[in-house]
Amino acid sequence: MTRDVALSSTREPGEALESGRPRATLAWHIAAVAAAVVAWWLVYRQLSPFSNWLTFDVIGLNEANRLGSAVAFFAYDAPKVLMLLVLVVFGVGIIRSFFTPATTRRLLSGRRESAGNVMAAGLGIVTPFCSCSAVPLFIGFVTAGVPLGVTFSFLISAPMVNEIALVLLYGLFGWKVAALYLSTGLAIAIVAGWVMGRLKLERWVEPWVYETTVGEVQEDRPDWVTRIHMGLDAVREIVGKVWPYVLAGIAVGAAIHGYVPENFMASFMGRGAWWSVPLAVVLGVPMYSNAAGIIPIVQALLEKGAALGTVLAFMMAVIALSFPEMVILRRVLTTKLIAVFIGVVGTGILMVGYLFNLVV
Amino acid sequence: MDIKILGTGCAKCKKLYETVERAVAQTGVTAALTKVEDVPSIMKYRVMSTPALVIDETVVAAGRLPDISQVSTWLTTAEANTYETR
Repeated sequence: MTRDVALSSTREPGEALESGRPRATLAWHIAAVAAAVVAWWLVYRQLSPFSNWLTFDVIGLNEANRLGSAVAFFAYDAPKVLMLLVLVVFGVGIIRSFFTPATTRRLLSGRRESAGNVMAAGLGIVTPFCSCSAVPLFIGFVTAGVPLGVTFSFLISAPMVNEIALVLLYGLFGWKVAALYLSTGLAIAIVAGWVMGRLKLERWVEPWVYETTVGEVQEDRPDWVTRIHMGLDAVREIVGKVWPYVLAGIAVGAAIHGYVPENFMASFMGRGAWWSVPLAVVLGVPMYSNAAGIIPIVQALLEKGAALGTVLAFMMAVIALSFPEMVILRRVLTTKLIAVFIGVVGTGILMVGYLFNLVV
Repeated sequence: MDIKILGTGCAKCKKLYETVERAVAQTGVTAALTKVEDVPSIMKYRVMSTPALVIDETVVAAGRLPDISQVSTWLTTAEANTYETR
């Protein structure tokens, strides 16, 4: 059954094999997407009046009391954040259909450091990445001549700058916090990757990695109908997985909004406590959670008066430096190199934490 | 035909294996399924993102989870090709 391998592989990969089920035309897809976006916008605009009407007129709660303000908060924020999430995940899903790991590698190979670090960090946001592919991706990059430091910039930015976290931060705390998260996440990925490139750590990569030969990867270019389906798949998969965390986060936020006194956490995690930032990082590294799961905690801490820098540092440590990913990377990196990786990224996060506690 | 599922053991890789198993049962093709889990062997197929599906040594999908109807089409096409080349 397996002997005529050479004969059967004469066709181009992907060719003639694609085109699964019969599908509607592209025009039909575009019309459907446009209609959905318009409907989305109309509903989104009505959320605030709707939540007030639901809370105060239908349920009949009092605007001034605690329960009323908590329920109104939830009734407004839950649909708002979920709707934003659907829109952004769909958009990112389509953007990602243009950036396979293969295209990203082609863009980065032979790139010099500095500019390469910046590009790699940016591409880390838009390239589909799952930590279980980290090893093949790492090998694919370094054997194609992507400098080690540039590869690290990508590996740091891909999990750290996360579109779900971005949407949630925007929805719950406003665009300033979201922009801070985006820019500092990119900055850490760029600088940490650059520093690791300067350290010349190639000798601490497992030697067999450089002996692997990887050719140009053949991947099929999806058409636009497929891209739209990829966006929808992303929504189904990601929103389908994270919505309970999102609702939990908003519920926690709503409860705090209504009940917990202001500045409850200020004494432990306020900006006066200098040790709170390193503590947040040290606690965050072994913890493993997706971006959506961490937001409820972030919400709770911030609302109780914890300092923004401390909370950001905690969140970044949890999502950027995860224990399972380190175990996976151990196959290609020596323990020493992993320690340097954690050290450099951890230091970057620490600096961001202190910076924001000073500035904001 | 010879089917290989490349993946380092992540959730999506297991899902792909199940999908292919079901597609094989549905289409009734004769096929041998193998999981390829060690990284150097995966890299031989020049694949950078897992899970990937290899039918008769040709990579047909990488980095995503194709749905069952797509997999079935690939299987029947691959079987037709095998008969032609004989």
